[in-house]
Amino acid sequence: MRDFPLRTRLFIVAVAVLGAVVLALCVFKTWQAHVSDTELNINAIITLSLLVLGAEAFSAALARSVATRENVDISVGMPIAMASVLLLGPWGAPIVGVMVALEPRPVPWFKRSFNGGMNVLASFGAGWVYAILHAQLSGQQLQTFPTTLSFSPVNVLIPMLAATLTFEFINGMLMVSVLSLAESVSPFRIWFGTMYESALPLFIYSIFGLLIAVVWSIVGPLAAILVLAPLMVARWVFTMFSAHQQAYEATIRSLIQAVETKDAYTRGHSERVSRASVLIGRRSGMREDRVSSLRYAGMLHDVGKLGVPTRVLQKAGKLSDSEFDAIKEHPARGHDIVKNLDFLGEAIAGIHYHHERMDGRGYPEGLTGDQIPEFARIIAVADAFDSMTTTRSYRGARSIDDAIGELRRCQGTQFDPVLVEALISALEADAWELADTGDQVQPHHSSPTYASDHDDPTVSRELGLGGPILVPDDVSELEGWMGEIYQRDVEGPV
Amino acid sequence: MTRPVDGRPSNPLLVLAGLVAVASIAMTAAQGVDVSVLAVSAAFAVFIAIGEVLRITLPGGRQAAPIASAGALAFAFMVNFGDRPMLYGAAFAVTVVTIGSVAGALPQTFFWRGLHLDELARRVLTTGVAAVVFRSWLAPNLGAEPDPATLALLMTLVATCVVAMDVALAAAVRSAQSRSPFRTALVDEFRASIGLSSAVAATGVLIALTAQTMSYWALPVFVVPLLLTQFSYRRYATIDDTYKQTMRSLSKVTEVGGYTGTGHSSRVSRLTVTIGRELGISERGLTDLEYAALMHDIGQLSLPEPIASGATTLVAPDVQKRIARFGAEVIRQAGVLDLIADIVERQADSYRNTQGVVDASLPIGSRIIKAVNAYDDLVGASLESDRMLQAIERLRIGADREYDPEVIDIMAGIIDRQISRTYV
Repeated sequence: MRDFPLRTRLFIVAVAVLGAVVLALCVFKTWQAHVSDTELNINAIITLSLLVLGAEAFSAALARSVATRENVDISVGMPIAMASVLLLGPWGAPIVGVMVALEPRPVPWFKRSFNGGMNVLASFGAGWVYAILHAQLSGQQLQTFPTTLSFSPVNVLIPMLAATLTFEFINGMLMVSVLSLAESVSPFRIWFGTMYESALPLFIYSIFGLLIAVVWSIVGPLAAILVLAPLMVARWVFTMFSAHQQAYEATIRSLIQAVETKDAYTRGHSERVSRASVLIGRRSGMREDRVSSLRYAGMLHDVGKLGVPTRVLQKAGKLSDSEFDAIKEHPARGHDIVKNLDFLGEAIAGIHYHHERMDGRGYPEGLTGDQIPEFARIIAVADAFDSMTTTRSYRGARSIDDAIGELRRCQGTQFDPVLVEALISALEADAWELADTGDQVQPHHSSPTYASDHDDPTVSRELGLGGPILVPDDVSELEGWMGEIYQRDVEGPV
Repeated sequence: MTRPVDGRPSNPLLVLAGLVAVASIAMTAAQGVDVSVLAVSAAFAVFIAIGEVLRITLPGGRQAAPIASAGALAFAFMVNFGDRPMLYGAAFAVTVVTIGSVAGALPQTFFWRGLHLDELARRVLTTGVAAVVFRSWLAPNLGAEPDPATLALLMTLVATCVVAMDVALAAAVRSAQSRSPFRTALVDEFRASIGLSSAVAATGVLIALTAQTMSYWALPVFVVPLLLTQFSYRRYATIDDTYKQTMRSLSKVTEVGGYTGTGHSSRVSRLTVTIGRELGISERGLTDLEYAALMHDIGQLSLPEPIASGATTLVAPDVQKRIARFGAEVIRQAGVLDLIADIVERQADSYRNTQGVVDASLPIGSRIIKAVNAYDDLVGASLESDRMLQAIERLRIGADREYDPEVIDIMAGIIDRQISRTYV
């Protein structure tokens, strides 16, 4: 809380206090009605409140049983809060609404009280909108404490939708205000950002709320369990899904590291190429599903190195033509490995052609310009950038500025100029974390051996001419070193 | 591997369901149909047919049509629709559900996917049981104006029992088809379908209860929550599938690198999983086992030069163990695959240690992979029965010292069946 500017803190306190005042008023009104009017079932308020708490606790436990990290945001308390708008009216609903803020998750107290205040105000507003519209449309008297509810498309569904919109509006306004105060961003930008994310869930919650309310008026509290069962199951499965997805990405990552052990100095290379590719993709305005495919493409782009004999990859001394041809095989070998993975989509072509050059002098097929798939052109830039900015056995890492200069020099001939500029502007916007391979691979300046770093544009040029490049000279030393890396990885933070 | 074989006509479940359906239709035809329920029944039949079209594949290759099943359950339970009492009997309920299901399934058989008769048969049977228990036994004892809360409770109770029966039937079918023990199949089936089944049961009960006040609105309205559940399952099944595909593809890295022969890891994983299933390993355990088998050779990447023809059984035992350990380290790095790493790590260990004592800490998965790997190194892609039998004989010599004799016995049985399928 202390990290926020004063005006943000004041706003949070104001919302919490206003919520508390309204809540107190609601409790007072409800109590008054309870004393004077026996029709009011105060048990319903208590039951609904307990159900909110119970549902949140149960679904959190269910989620914990599956996942290590919780990042699914389906609330099972919210539908009950929406149901209480219909069942309890404007004075009763906020009492249940505030319970949603008591969800059993580690939430900072100021956030909790802000959420509580927000829920009270939103359900208070929604409750009035529903009550007034319902009275107007059904021609009945205004009921601030509804007694029964019978479903009707016009009298119930339309007021409910209006109440949902009100709820979303109040919720959204308060959210947007606090975020724009905290981060000094334009409220409009936040409005569209948060509304886009929260509008649909809220709408679904309100549908569930309507269903609970309708069934509640027939069978009582069993309604909440019956209606929420599919939602709970959905939440549980979503949690399993996200746990599975994390496991999946971790698996790919570790397999890629296995690939990298063959090519000594490229530890972490695939991961960084993947990151740089994503930067370029986002900069050039790619859709998010393509960006995610691009991430896999970057991660897997060198998987075909496994098809290149280790002897060649780690060779000490100059490569013969046939050995260099063997290295040139790796994009095609990579293609062989991933070609059956339907979900990779465009990434397959990206892996296959990531060593093509704009001028047609690349491999495997010598495609030119736009013939080269976009993913491949992106990976080519990211690949070269990373290999230049990391420490290699035969030289230290270059600075980012040097690497940018080199990319600019080769744009048009080797790289797509648009994508080079995209990377450069992305690098200006976000700080690039340089790889810390320095402590693992010390440049072997003392040993004048040769390497086949085909990713480095300065070297590729030389490779074309059969020029000298350097490599670690002792393969057995390399093996020992690999063991070390694994040790470090198992123990140290990743 | 876990994909169920579609029901064959000889399946007793299909015969039983067919008999029930035919008997119900005959009874309905003999008794005649109450005209006042015709429109409602037609609506439910259409609803079930649409649900049948919107079927999904669950993780593990199971098929489900949650909307159709919920509709069937609701029709079995419905007491009132609007202000009309629904007085039809169990036979009529089964008839309507059968017509709806078949109407929804037929176009699929012609156009895109196969017919999933097992699932259809189970739906007919569960509807029949639910309708008989609820309509014929329970409802008549409740009086003319039953209390809705009591009705809801009874429906929930019957639905729970019927879901349990459905799980047991599915487990019986799976156990018969895949030769896995019934108990394992039951636990697997329960784990796989408890979530979706509870959602289906709840929705069925809700539609039946609210049809009185909401009439036709109950159908589309209560489908919304179920669609959300269905959607989340579909996403889960997709990532599950993607995971499997990726593991299968990436396991080819050792082949592309020339470390192992073509198809080695996929053959090893297939046979390993078949043996594991007959040994009664659960579905989750089988997935781990499959991944471990697919990646059992990944440790060879640590070798500067491939072993001749990739046959790890031909190198010294301590080299084998080093390769296994290295592979396990690679896998363990993922942080989420420790069980798989454990299996891979001990794949080269002998069944009995040097003192001749059975090593109890040796995972069953490692024992299977050790035997299957040795078998595949001897046989490879060959389909010659002599070679297969010779390989089994050679492994039998090592059985009880190197290999787990139980694993070898089951493997011998599987190979025998494979040979007789090929040559008879």
